Parts: sequence; structure tokens; C-alpha cells
Amino acid sequence: MLRLHRLSKQYQAGDDALKGVDLEVPDGQVVALIGPSGAGKSTLIRCINRLVEPSSGQVFLDDEEVTALGSRRLRRTRRRMGMIFQEYALIERLTVMENVLSGQLGYVGFLRSYFRRFPTETVQQAFQLLERVGLTEHYDKRADELSGGQRQRVGIARAILQQPDILLVDEPTASLDPRTSRQIMRLISELCSERQLAAIVNIHDVTLAQMFVARIVGLREGEVVFDGKPDDLTNEVLTEIYGEEDWQTANDRTEEKERAAKESLEEQMKGLSG
Amino acid sequence: MTDTPFDARTWRPPGLIRSSLWRWLLAVTVAIYLASALGSLEINWLRIGQGLGRGVTFLAAFATPDFVTHWRDISEGLAESLTMTGAATVIGIALSLPIGLGAARNIAPMPVYLFCRGVVALSRSFQEVILAIFFVAMFGFGPFAGLVTLSVATIGFFGKLLAEEIEAMDPVQAEAVQATGAGWLQWIDYAVTPQVMPRIIGLSLYRLDINFRESAVVGIVGGGGIGATLNTAFDRYEFETAAAILLIIIGIVMLSEYLSGLIRARVQ
Repeated sequence: MLRLHRLSKQYQAGDDALKGVDLEVPDGQVVALIGPSGAGKSTLIRCINRLVEPSSGQVFLDDEEVTALGSRRLRRTRRRMGMIFQEYALIERLTVMENVLSGQLGYVGFLRSYFRRFPTETVQQAFQLLERVGLTEHYDKRADELSGGQRQRVGIARAILQQPDILLVDEPTASLDPRTSRQIMRLISELCSERQLAAIVNIHDVTLAQMFVARIVGLREGEVVFDGKPDDLTNEVLTEIYGEEDWQTANDRTEEKERAAKESLEEQMKGLSG
Repeated sequence: MTDTPFDARTWRPPGLIRSSLWRWLLAVTVAIYLASALGSLEINWLRIGQGLGRGVTFLAAFATPDFVTHWRDISEGLAESLTMTGAATVIGIALSLPIGLGAARNIAPMPVYLFCRGVVALSRSFQEVILAIFFVAMFGFGPFAGLVTLSVATIGFFGKLLAEEIEAMDPVQAEAVQATGAGWLQWIDYAVTPQVMPRIIGLSLYRLDINFRESAVVGIVGGGGIGATLNTAFDRYEFETAAAILLIIIGIVMLSEYLSGLIRARVQ
């Protein structure tokens, strides 16, 4: 279980990115973290594995206080937290396989990793993962030869190869088209349920979040302003999180377009027959 | 037409210097400086007239370069220069890799950074000829002084540019490797090296041909190699031999330019 206690982050510029966030994520639960740009979603995720050092507050992974660890122990604990990034963050000039195997860096010694002599079981697992995410034939390609969706799959395989207990996922679909976005979100949620992984997923797309997660947390200006089921996300709540906006129109727009198209078609038919 | 405050006909992009007063002031200052600087040059036309004749003789020698008479000296000098160049490039780059890492602000702790930047600055503050004079005084005439000179000069060049390349790397890739729980060396190997490798290769080739050209200059002040041969030829007014040496230097530089272009195009 992951537990955040009064977690705060103040950047040097003086703005409070996080203001005392309390949050518990039980084992195996997938949580979507929504909120406007600048609400502190990325900071929150990076404070958990301390890529960003929190200013105050604590992070607990099971019984271990992550915020109290020295650098060696921190590296060991980071292995349990797989991370997936918005722009994939693959090492562009390394091959797909090397990228996936880099998920195991925390487990192998320097020389082994330097000569790319990973244990056979590890390589085996990496191949299985590549197969699972549908990239079997691409393992020796350079990462920058792949499309966006394929790259994100490599990013996911890398994170899973860490054998993590929790995934920290930062805007996994923000650089992808709508269809690929859905596939990626589906893949992440399937992998989580297959492996009993907990996950925190930062995401802009509220509808997408509602489709794939069990719980939604709304962040606004560094504070949790909503925590509940996807169905509880009413227009009032969205306004609370994002500010004033006509939420209904966005949902009705598709319907409206269809109606307009139908009407114009009818007009034309009339013109033809008349 | 309308009541907008803009006039579409007179719109121009804002210049580099926004205030037109400053723009004009700067232009006038530069013009005055140039005029007075040119005026202060003392030009001895008589001496130029005499020298011109000698220059023509020298240029004419290029039409009849003499590779044969002193071929032994030339080939020995050349071999010495090439050895010096190769060894100095390898040694210099080997030394500058750790210094370049240390001189990158985004990966080195402050004390290491300051030390490595200091080394780079010191190495860069002296031109090769000055370094060569110093090392010739220290180790005596000959190619060893030249070797040390070129190695030290390589550190300044390579260390600085490598550090700048590391500072400009993509931080997210570095973050991703950090997030796996990788150790520092693994992090350098997986996140930093692949990002800067093409640059390392490009700079190495570039430095190799700089070092060859510099080896000629270094030789003139006593650092051995083809420069020493060239110097001797000039001292004896053997312009045909000098021309031959210069043609060989030009040929080798052009060849290495071409080869490094080929290699750089392959690594990206």
C-alpha cells in the first residue's frame, strides 16, 4: 500500500506545487489523478519516487518511509515503483530490447549492465513482455524508429520489467491520438489487474480516465478537491476541479453534429425532389 | 478605416535593439571606431613592395614543389607528426572524458564541477604555441614536448564541448533511467552516453585534424614533427621544399575532413 502524509512541495521560485496532500492507494488499485495543467499532478508523482524531493511530509510504501531513505536504500525502493512517461522517455539511440532491459538496472551490477549481459531469465521475461505488448518483431530496432504508440508500449514493458508493486504513470496518452490512447490505457489497466499492481495515472482526458479506472482523485492548485468513483464525477465536481465551463456542451457536441449533418442531408434531398 | 491603434502599412518587426535611438547610436559608434582604427594603422608601403616580390617567389614555388631533395626529412617529420597527433588525441580524449563529465553542471556536484571547469579554463587560456614554448622549455626540443602540448590543448577543447553537450541532453530520458533504481555508473552508461555519443565521435574526429594542423605549428617552436622540417626549409630559403610540405599538409587535412564527414554521417 502507498500512503502519502501531508506531502508538500515548494519550488524555489516560491510557488506551492503541493499543499499537504494526504492519499492512500491500496494494493492493486488503479487511481486516476485529474486536474488542470499546473495543479501539481506531475510533481505529486515525482515526489513519490523522489525524482523531485518533497519539501515536507512523508511517503510510505508498505512499512517503509520512502522520504527517510538514504540514496542507496532509495535506489532499492525505486525498483518497486515503475514509471511511465508522457513523451515515453525512451533512450532514443538504444534498441527496444536495451530499453526494456534497463528496467532491470536496479537488480544487476554495473559490469553486467555495461556489457548488456543480463541474466537469461531476465532476457526471457523481457521477450515475453514485448510479446505481451505486441512488439515481438521489433526488439532489435532502435527506439527512435518506432511510432508513438509503439514507443509507449516499450515504456510500459520497461516499467513492468522492474517487477514493481506500483506504477507511477505521467500523462501516458497526452502525445497520442484518441484510438492509440484508448489502447494504451487499456493495456495499462489490463497489466495492472493481471499482476495486481497499484497505479497512479495522471491524465488530462477525463472521459478516458472514467473508462479505465476504479477511483478518481481531483487535484487543484496542489490540493485534493475530489476523491471518489468515476460515476460521482458530476458537472459540479468538474467545475470545482477545473473552474467554470459549460461541461454539457462538450458532451452534446457530437450529437449536435450528427443532427446537423442529417438536417443538411434532408435539405438536399428536398432540393433534388423539388 | 477602423479605430484600431495599429497601422498595417507601417508595421515592421521589432529589431534586435528595440529603441531606435540606441540602434543609431550603436551604428555611429561602430563606424567612428572603424574609421579611427584604420587611420591608426601604420602601413609601410615600401616594405610591402619589397616583400611582395618574395611572396611571389614563394607562391611560384607552389608550381614547382620539390618533394624529392629532402624526402627523407619530410617523411620522417611527417611520421613524427602523425604519431604525435594520434597519440595526443587518444591521450587527450581519455583525460577529457572524466573532466567533461565533471564539468557538466547537471550531473556533477558543485566542488567537482568547479575543479573540472577550472582545468578546462586553464587549458583553454593558452594558445597551443604558448603551451608548446612552455613544454619545450620543460622537456627540451622534440616530439615529446609536442605530444604533451597537444594533449593538454585537447583537454580544454574536448572537455568544454563535451560538458556543454551533456548539459543540453534530454533530462526526461535521464529521469527515466533514474526511476528504475539504476546506480550512478549505470545511469551514465544508459542515460547520458547514448545521448552524447554521436557528438563524442564527431568531436574526436574534428580534434584529430585540428591536432594534425597544430602539430605543424608546434614544430616551428621546437615541438618536433613536420613543423620542424617546414621551419628548416624556410630558414634555408628552400621554398620548393616548403611548398611541398604545405601541399602535403593540405592534402592530409582534406583527406581527414572527407573521412570524418563520412563517419559522422553514419553515426546519428
